[in-house]
This record gives sequence, structure tokens and C-alpha cells, in this order.
Amino acid sequence: MTDLTRLSASDIAATIASGEVSAVEVAQAHLDRIATVDESVHAFLHVDREGALAAARAVDSRRASGERLGSLAGVPLALKDVFTQKGVPTTCGSRILEGWRPPFDSTVVRRLRDAGVVILGKTNMDEFAMGSSTENSAYGPTRNPWNLGRIPGGSSGGSSAAVSSYQAPLGIGTDTGGSIRQPAAVTGVVGVKPTYGGVSRYGLVAFSSSLDQAGPLSRSVLDAALLHEVIAGHDPLDSTSIDAPVPPVAEAARLADVTGLRVGVVRELSGEGYQPGVEQRFHEAVELLAKLGADVVEVSCPHFVYALPAYYLIAPSECSSNLARFDGMRYGLRVGDDGTRSTEEVMALTRAAGFGPEVKRRIMLGTYALSSGYYDAYYGQAQKVRTLITRDFDLAFESVDVLVSPTTPTTAFTIGERVDDPMAMYLADLCTIPANLAGNAAMSLPCGLAPEDGLPVGLQIMAPTLADERVYRVGAAVEAALGGVWGHPLLEEAPSL
Amino acid sequence: MTDVVGTTALLPYSKAVAEYDPVIGLEVHVELSTASKMFCACPTAFGAAPNTQVCPTCLGLPGSLPVANRSAVDSTIKIGLALNCSIAEWCRFARKNYFYPDMPKNYQISQYDEPLCTDGWLDVEVDTQDGPRTFRVGIERVHLEEDTGKTLHVGGATGRIHGADYSLVDYNRAGIPLVEIVTKPVPGTGALAPEVARAYVTELREICRTLGVSDVRMEEGSLRCDANVSLAPRGASEWGKRTETKNVNSLRSIERAVHYEIERQAGILAAGGRVVQETRHWHEETGVTTPGRSKEEAQDYRYFPDPDLVPLAPSREWVEELRASLPELPTARRKRLTDEWALSPRDMDALVNAGALDSVEATVAAGAPPAEARKWWLGELARHANEAVTEVSALPIRPAEVARVVELVAEGKLNDQLARQVIEGVLAGDGSPDEIVAARDLAVVSDDAALGDAVDDAIAANPDIAEKVRSGKIAAAGALVGAVMKATRGQADATRVRELILARLGVSG
Repeated sequence: MTDLTRLSASDIAATIASGEVSAVEVAQAHLDRIATVDESVHAFLHVDREGALAAARAVDSRRASGERLGSLAGVPLALKDVFTQKGVPTTCGSRILEGWRPPFDSTVVRRLRDAGVVILGKTNMDEFAMGSSTENSAYGPTRNPWNLGRIPGGSSGGSSAAVSSYQAPLGIGTDTGGSIRQPAAVTGVVGVKPTYGGVSRYGLVAFSSSLDQAGPLSRSVLDAALLHEVIAGHDPLDSTSIDAPVPPVAEAARLADVTGLRVGVVRELSGEGYQPGVEQRFHEAVELLAKLGADVVEVSCPHFVYALPAYYLIAPSECSSNLARFDGMRYGLRVGDDGTRSTEEVMALTRAAGFGPEVKRRIMLGTYALSSGYYDAYYGQAQKVRTLITRDFDLAFESVDVLVSPTTPTTAFTIGERVDDPMAMYLADLCTIPANLAGNAAMSLPCGLAPEDGLPVGLQIMAPTLADERVYRVGAAVEAALGGVWGHPLLEEAPSL
Repeated sequence: MTDVVGTTALLPYSKAVAEYDPVIGLEVHVELSTASKMFCACPTAFGAAPNTQVCPTCLGLPGSLPVANRSAVDSTIKIGLALNCSIAEWCRFARKNYFYPDMPKNYQISQYDEPLCTDGWLDVEVDTQDGPRTFRVGIERVHLEEDTGKTLHVGGATGRIHGADYSLVDYNRAGIPLVEIVTKPVPGTGALAPEVARAYVTELREICRTLGVSDVRMEEGSLRCDANVSLAPRGASEWGKRTETKNVNSLRSIERAVHYEIERQAGILAAGGRVVQETRHWHEETGVTTPGRSKEEAQDYRYFPDPDLVPLAPSREWVEELRASLPELPTARRKRLTDEWALSPRDMDALVNAGALDSVEATVAAGAPPAEARKWWLGELARHANEAVTEVSALPIRPAEVARVVELVAEGKLNDQLARQVIEGVLAGDGSPDEIVAARDLAVVSDDAALGDAVDDAIAANPDIAEKVRSGKIAAAGALVGAVMKATRGQADATRVRELILARLGVSG
């Protein structure tokens, strides 16, 4: 019998719809896989065995009663632990939320449930999505299935590791500065940050509200598109959610044609600091695009070099306010409440004990940047840079349809290598941050293994706001062509666990 | 230098205002009476059991998001328009960051440098010995924010958080839409500063009530006021340091608090001291203010635009629609009715202060002459309302019923005493005035034959008084009229009774 965990999401859905296998069998196969490999990968913080099987049974009975099932009904999924799911522990990778069970579903979870997607559990992440390696999780790091001594990227490293180690065909991540695309790149899977506002943030525990965006992780472009269509769409519970039709991403993924498409290579996202093997695979992908009929040109986005510093003012500023609510008064951890201490002392002790060092660093940075007398010089200036970066994109998209770059300057680094060097850690998001600041859509797609370390390299494809379908169209074309070159999906080269 | 209150004597008011010019400023918070909260769908009803009107959003649970209440925005714009403000074409909500357990998110969604309404004015009138004087109070801004929860500090001496054994928080109020209305500094009110402050808040309350945007009940906290006061030596070109007095929760306390602060600050200045710029707390029972948060604890709120909310951009067409929908505002209405009813400004004030203007207007509309309508609402009905500790407008009698009673009196079918019985009957739920007249067989007796015996009895029973009347002291006849009225249980026509008595005693009225 086929190993159900090796199938794509669309194949699983088709197999269930045809009655060849039940959703319960599919869920069970994945739960078994988790039981086998997750001890070494540590992708999951919480496996919701009962919830998953109940959801699978519901799909089976809907099918039995003759109901027409959705495109992903019965497909298992790994959910980043930053989304509320009613009654299921939600920690955001932090001690401060240990034991909290939200009383409500996030919109993403509600849409997944409505579509019959089977949520296997909650995946590990950098605390409150702050980090690029999952090493900032209070519950220990996740390991890269390609090399267990390496990081799986972050902050959505639990989801990327789960998908790349066949524990789930689909994952949900969130991307504030690259937290879907960078983990996807370093674990050899597909990851998409939709246009800001494309997917509701309701129930997504906020890190930086103006940058956070939920999106799919998967082993194929089509699977990502199918998941994108399930979770996207206007939500009246999120004021920043876009009231417009969901871009036709699945159709674009099936089209997979780049003939005549104008592709811009971003000049500023290359050169010093980029691993030679990463640049090599990136350039091969660009040549491939040209061969497939795209018009490739070089494009300059001069303000992209300021994206990282602007991001490290805006995101910490928003986070300093967003994370103020974690004070031990209403939920989660409470420290020092022994009847002798004031409210303020209990709040302070709780926050001192509940937050990890990176979260504290960013809260302090943000508090400083928003302080009276510094606001204009820091937060205000960063917002101006943000506008300039958006203009760079606008200008670039006047002459090209999509922009491309490597997703990350390097392949997966070693666990522990950058934990004491925040600046080195921040550089992992150098190429991904501009799209968060401007809000436009971007994808990371596996484009080969770096010769020097044999680890996956990601190709980043960026499209204008609300033109998400373009990244799928280009991604699917490159995926098909590379599959032809390799003779199989890249992931098959990963060591078996 | 530290705060010197308690060590420096108050300067008596007349002396204080003779030597110093006060500048006042008022910050009023009005809770809107929208059906749902500012950023979620929770109800806003007052008085529900603690923490029963809450949801993930107003509890600030992780992952929850705010969505602005359209109707609250409309109400704020209406207030702005009524206060002659400009309405922003584009503005944003901002986060005001500070830690306090009654704020679920540890930030309040408010507005900072981009308020919805700016730069307006309101004319208020105060009575002086030389007649009414009008003061124009400038409006700095009107903005929209969310209310906080309510904290109850248990134990400890002060009822404040410091020293309490424990604190209870009710989040029912958290997220209720709150409009903040800030005046510009108001100079030039002199000795009238306390009255101007009171008149301003009174007028603002009337406006909000007329607009139907708030219950404006100070006792329930749906209208709250902070009063700023500073003093400068008369004729000085610079204003003094100001204090902001909080917890001023009735119209009378606004007047008292401003009065007290003028005396207190004048005392300090006269003694060569320096007024500390600070927040102060008003104590209703003792009539004094005491220092609250001191300046060194001044907070940096780290305001920044709330990234969870989209900007507000009320279209000009919409603003004009709201403007056109505004009801007649209190000033215009009072002016119109003062003219129509030929009242003095003082008569109108009496009506407004009694909360009877709506009732009187409706009674007049139902056909009663204005003087009669005023007489009943300010007299008999006000007395009933007073006894029942309620507003006249809340009495269980309709203006049309009052108008009918007035009509019955005018037709001579009832006299005032009988009319009072009818009104009592209506208030007791016994039916309409006509039903009560019929059921109790109430009618003025003016038939001479029927009254004759009672008149004779009264004269016989009071020979001394009768003698006085005969000797020309006609005014003494009133006592005899009273006796007849009593004997006829108020049903007699008093005018006719008087004529009969005088005729019997052989004197002419």
C-alpha cells in the first residue's frame, strides 16, 4: 500500500473523495509518522490526536452521506502555535502563555475546519514569532529534517519541518519579516506570504500587526495554492482584511506558464554576504526562467538596503505594545502573587519570568523607539523608509511582472551558531523583509541544493499587491521545469528519518 | 518645593478673584449609548452582573482584533457638528500605552494627534446681577476612544490601588465608546469661572441628550468631567500653572471644585508659594481637592497609530447628511420657546433645570396654554417627582393627559383642587383624566341651592369671622370659603362660594 504520508495534499483529497482511503486512515498514518519521527525533529508542541481523528471522522461521514467535499477535505495540516484554536493549548512558543486554552477559534482555524482540513496539532515557533531559527522557542528548538544539527528556519520552523519530514502535507505559518519563506527555503518546501490583508489576522496572536500575514507551507505549488484559497478572503472581524475576491491562485498554479512574462532580478539582493552555492542555484533558476520564455531583466530597488533597519524599528515598536497584555492578570503565567506584592510587581515578575531574551530585547527596542522625543527619529523615520520601499516596488512593477531574488543569503545554519549574535540572526531575513514592509505577495520555492553543504536553496518570487496569482504561476512553471531536470521532487534527496 | 496644600490657608473667594484672574478648561468624557461596544459586538447596558458583557476583543485576549463601531463614529461627528467643529477628512486611532489592570490590553485605543473633530465653540449663558451674560467656550477637540474596565479596590484606607488588600475588575465597561471633548483654555470669566464651568457642562449635557447619543447620567458615570484651573495675578500676560481636578461627578461639584481650586491656588500664590502642576482629586463630602498623580510620575504614553484599525475617512457627503439630520439644538430651541411663550430667561432656566422643558412643550402641543402647562409641571408634578425621587419626565403621566386636565379646569368642570385629585389618579394608574372624573364623580358644584346650606353652616360655625367680614374686612371671607370647600370635599366652585358668602353677609365684593 502507498505510504499516505508521501502523497501531496491534492492527491490525498482525491483519494479520500474517491473512497480509496478514509480520512481517518490518512490522519492515523500521519499521527503514526509524527510518533515515529518527531522525537528527533520536534516540530510539534502539541499533537491533538483526538481532535484530528474526530475531524477526520466528520469528513468520512460527510462523504458517506453523499456530501460533496472541498478540495482539501480530510487533508492533515500542521498549525503554527500562534493561532487560537478553541480549547487547544496555544503558547506562541512562550512560557508566558503556558497552559492557556483560548475560548475562541481564529478565522484561519474556522476556515480550515469548514473546509474539512484535519488539524494534527500546533507547531513550534520562535517565541511570539520573533526569530529565524525556532531557537527562541521556550520549548526547545526544532531540527531541520535535512540535517538534524541545523535550524529549520523560523519563526514558522515547526511547520516547515513538519511538512518537509512528511509529518503533514500542509502547514500554516505566519510571515512578519520572512517567517514563512525563510523556513520554507531552508527546509526545501514551498512557502507563501500572501498580500497583506489577504488572510484574516483574527485569532493570530499579534507580533507586529502591520506586517503579520498568515500563509501556506506545502511540498508543491499547487498544494500551497489550494490551501491559500481555503484560508484567504475578507473577514469582517479584521479591519485590515481586504474586501476583494481571492486571487485565482489555484488556476495560476495549474497554468504554470511564464511565456512573455517580465521577470526582474533585484540587483540589491545579491553580492556580499550571500553564500556562493545560494547565488549559483539562484542564477540557474533565473536562466531556467529565461529558457521557459520569460523576459529577464535586472531591476534596482535602491531603498531595499534600508529595509532591515526600518523593520527592526517598526516590528519591535508594534510588538512592545502588542505584548503589553501579557501581564499575568487574566490568563497564562502569573509569578510572585504571594499576597505581599503589588499588582505592578506581579506584572513585572511575570513578564521577567515569562518572556525570553529575544522578546525582551525587542520590547525594549520598541519601547525606546516610541518614546516621546525619539518617536520621530526612529518610528517616524522608519515609516518613511517603508513608504520609499513601497515606491521601489511600485516603480519596479511598472516594468516587470514579478521580481526574483534568493529567499535567504545562506542555507540552514547550525543550531547555536547565531544565538549569541542577534545581528547575524537578523540577516537571515534580509531578502524577505521588503515584501512585508510593502505588503505585497511573495513565495519561496526550492531551487536546488547548495553544492558546498548539500542543503536546500530557496528562490523568492515577489508580485504586486493583490496579484498573488503571479507568484503561483511562476512558481509552478519553475517547479515543473526543475522537476524535469532532477527527475523527482527535491525533497526526495533528503535523508530519510 | 513640594505641594503646600494644608499648610497654606485658602484665600476667601471675593479676595481671590479680586487679585487673580482664573483660566479654566474642561475635559468631558461622554459614554455613547450605542447598542454595542466601540470595537466589538458586546452590549453596553449599564448595571449588568460583573464580567457578563465581555468577549475576546474587549477582554483583549491574544489574537483578538478591534473593528470600529460605525454608529459611534457617527455620534462623535454629530457632537462635533453641534459644537461647531471641523470634521477631519482622514484620521486614525492611536494606542495610548500604559499598564493598569482595568485595561485588558495595557493600551487604550484612543486618538492622539488626529482627532475626529477639531476647533469648535459653544456659547453658554450665566446669570449675573446685571442680567444674563454669554461666554464663548472654544472647543479644542472631540475624539473617540474606548472606555476602560472598572476596578474595585478592597481593603486599605484609601479605596485606591495602593494599600488595597486585593482588587476586583469588571470589564463590562471596557470597550464602551467614549467621546472626549476638550475645551480650549477659557480666560476672562473672572469671578464667574465656577458658573461658566457648570453652565458649559450643563449645555454640553443638553446637547448630547438632544442628539440622543448618550444617557449623559453623571451619577452612572456616562458623563464625567475633569476641571482645569490656573490663576494669574490680574493683568499678568502669562497664565499660571494649572491643576487638573478629577472625580467631579455632578454639576454642583464642578462649580464647587472650581471655586475651591481658585481659593486654594490664590492662598498659595498670596503666601508667595508656587502652584504645583498636578492632577487632583475632588472629594464630594468634604468639598476639597487633594493631590493625585504627581508630576514626577508623569507617563510617557508612547502614542502611535493603531495598526489594527484602518483610518477613518468620513466623506464630505456623509458629514453633510449628518449635519442635515441634527435635531434642533438646545440653545435654538430655548430661544424659540422663550419667544413663543413670552418667558423671561429666568423662567426658561427654571424649566430647564427642572428637566420639564420636553414635557411642557409636549403639553402645549397637546393644546394647553404655556402658562398652565408650566404651572402644572413645575408645581404639582414636580412635587410628585420629588417625592418619588425621579425625573418629571419619568412620571407615569402623558403630556396629553396633563393638557386634558388643564382643559377641564378651563371649562370650569374641575377646579385646581379636583384637578390635583385627577392627576394623582392618573399617576396611580387609575385611568385617563376623563375616566377618573367619571369614576369618582368629580365635578365642580356651582349650583346655588346646593351650596346654600354649606354657606349657612360655615357662617353659623364661625360667628367671629362672619362679624369681621360684615364690618368690612372682606379678606377674612377666605376662611369661610375654605370651610365651605372643606365641607364640599373640594367640589365647590370657589368663586361662586365667595360671592354667596358676601351676599349673605350683606357686603359687596
